[in-house]
Amino acid sequence: MLKIENLHVRVDDTPILKGISLDIKPGEVHAIMGPNGSGKSTLSHVLAGRAGYEVTAGTVSYLGRSLLEMKPEERAREGVFLAFQYPVEIAGVSNIYLLKAALNAIRKHKGLSEVDAMDFLKLVKEKIKAVNLDEQFLYRGVNEGFSGGEKKRNEILQMAVLEPRLCILDETDSGLDIDALRLVAEGVNSLRSPDRSFILVTHYQRLLNYIKPDCVHVLAYGRIVKSGDASLALELEKKGYGWVDQLVSVGA
Amino acid sequence: MSATAKTLDKLIKKEYAPGFVTDLEADTLPPGLNEDVIRAISAKKNEPEFMLEWRLEAFRHWLSMEEPKWAFVHYGPIDYQAISYYSAPKTREPPKSLDEVDPKLLETYNKLGIPLYEQERLAGVAIDAVFDSVSVATTFKEKLAAAGVIFCSMSEAIQNHPDLVKQYLGSVVPPGDNFFAALNSAVFSDGSFVYIPKGVRCPMELSTYFRINAAKTGQFERTLIIAEESSYVSYLEGCTAPMRDENQLHAAVVELVALDNAEIKYSTVQNWYPGDEEGRGGIYNFVTKRGDCRGRKSKISWTQVETGSAITWKYPSCILRGDESVGEFYSVAVTNHCQQADTGTKMIHLGKNTKSTIISKGISAGRAQNSYRGLVKILKSAENARNYTQCDSLLIGDRCGAHTFPYIEVKQPTAQVEHEATTSKISEDQLFFCMQRGLSAEDAVSMIVNGFCKQVFKELPMEFAVEAQALLGISLEGSVG
Ligand SMILES: Nc1ncnc2c1ncn2[C@@H]1O[C@H](COP(=O)(O)OP(=O)(O)O)[C@@H](O)[C@H]1O
Ligand SMILES: [Mg+2]
Repeated sequence: MLKIENLHVRVDDTPILKGISLDIKPGEVHAIMGPNGSGKSTLSHVLAGRAGYEVTAGTVSYLGRSLLEMKPEERAREGVFLAFQYPVEIAGVSNIYLLKAALNAIRKHKGLSEVDAMDFLKLVKEKIKAVNLDEQFLYRGVNEGFSGGEKKRNEILQMAVLEPRLCILDETDSGLDIDALRLVAEGVNSLRSPDRSFILVTHYQRLLNYIKPDCVHVLAYGRIVKSGDASLALELEKKGYGWVDQLVSVGA
Repeated sequence: MSATAKTLDKLIKKEYAPGFVTDLEADTLPPGLNEDVIRAISAKKNEPEFMLEWRLEAFRHWLSMEEPKWAFVHYGPIDYQAISYYSAPKTREPPKSLDEVDPKLLETYNKLGIPLYEQERLAGVAIDAVFDSVSVATTFKEKLAAAGVIFCSMSEAIQNHPDLVKQYLGSVVPPGDNFFAALNSAVFSDGSFVYIPKGVRCPMELSTYFRINAAKTGQFERTLIIAEESSYVSYLEGCTAPMRDENQLHAAVVELVALDNAEIKYSTVQNWYPGDEEGRGGIYNFVTKRGDCRGRKSKISWTQVETGSAITWKYPSCILRGDESVGEFYSVAVTNHCQQADTGTKMIHLGKNTKSTIISKGISAGRAQNSYRGLVKILKSAENARNYTQCDSLLIGDRCGAHTFPYIEVKQPTAQVEHEATTSKISEDQLFFCMQRGLSAEDAVSMIVNGFCKQVFKELPMEFAVEAQALLGISLEGSVG
């Protein structure tokens, strides 16, 4: 599904990612954990195609194509979805309108006709129930005046409607109470399928109590310093991020 | 260049589609302005004596006036002697039906997306088509006449309804009101006239489509709408002009009169040629629009979407004379390239319990300057008057400007006046978010702009909302939105 090899990224001449390699197979869930400032959002943004990042080395292949050569909207239409750490507000543009425009853009790319209005409404109402947001959120401006938790659930709603192939969740669990966390996890679990993969960027282990990852990677100072199975997250939780510094110094 | 700037560049560089010229034989007066020119215009239109006198008086007044300089716009001096004040396509007789209209004219309106025949067949909207100085066709006359509604060109109204014209013309915007209104009063050549009798709800939308075609001419149309007691009318106005290197002057006057319980809804989609990227050419749109809520519980709403013109100087206003009368102003003003707009409204509260709402959305891109200028005046007599004003500006790129000049004068202590203003920018974050959901940058900008304007668009009649959004390079927000 996604193969990252030796990815180096700079922002304003400062190296942020210093040789990331990851191999994510269809159906797999990979968790990326790491302290603040380790480069988790940078990696997410680079995969989604945000401007302002300079890739100085490395390759990323997505479904056999060179991801880094694709425009951001093309990546999205090809099934790359990023749930943002800080979802942006767009006043006046209703949530449901954005959803419909996004879904139609993806459908058009696949050569499908525009979604039928009634079918769409039915689909959206079903999905919004799953994230436990009131239907009125559909008609409010995108994230306009939403609480932190509502914004995150809104991201999951978009993911559920757009049915991407590769879902990147950037700290979707941060700032959520335990109920919201469970909803987000259920959202992810219900989308898990043999041809869909996930990158869960998280700071805490607790999300992984609900979503069982196939692999856990520890990111620090722009490098993956350790990879393992689900137990690595528990170990990290127990030992704390101080342990990461030890790992780095050992590795160095 | 950033993604935002690139998208904007594309939007901005969009061709001005209505910029073609229709090749027609025209009857055009040579450039210049003096009493003889005014006599010639009046004679061409076979006007009664009172009109000629009215015009001459306005002209003499104009000679004593100075061009206003207070607006936040900049342009070189206008040579009023270099303009031709009358140009009309040559026809033998005024057409009685569409079948008699010059096919080249019909073709022009088809190209502009206003197929007069279609409109006539599909019903819904009656159109008065004004081409340069004269009205070339008015559709649906019979159906309207059956309801007692008079909808015709101003020239016809002067011929056929002189008493109404005498009574109301200049009663809202007096000939000496301001420099451009005085000029208009002296030389106006045509425009639309609407009269809705007592108790009648006009059975369809009325619309005038103004087209400047001839070179080196000005367009000076005059519109008068009278809504008698308990009547209702919704009126739409659209405008375009060919692309030309020189600036052309458009100085219109619109007067609205609403009597007891009457309601007038006046919508404009203004798309005069804005000039090219360097600021060459384009229309100078210096317009006086004013509505008089003369009766109790009367209501006048102005809705405008201003995308065109090199310079816009325009303040559709309401005089809230009748007790409990209501004035509304909903505006979207878009400027890019080198366009300048100084637009807003005046709400003058005279009656008790009068209420006004102002929603202004200014969008600036390129090197354009966009100013909101609004006056809310509450006189001593206006007990419990209320006003709500909201002025939002959206900047696209960082070479443009937005300015807000609100003037508030309150002479009545029970009055309530609220003013809110915001300025925002389309952010990279918003654009990237939309693109990450699969939208192109261009569609993302359109969607965000559209969202910004929604409060105003929802006030437009359906057909116009579509046109307005298309004008902004935007596809209509879905029916579920
Ligand atoms: N636009 C930027 N300009 C300069 N530095 C940045 C920018 N974005 C991120 N960084 C820096 O890159 C590093 C990694 O940031 P980020 O990827 O957001 O980390 P994380 O998501 O793991 O907390 C941090 O040191 C941060 O300050
Ligand atoms: Mg982050």
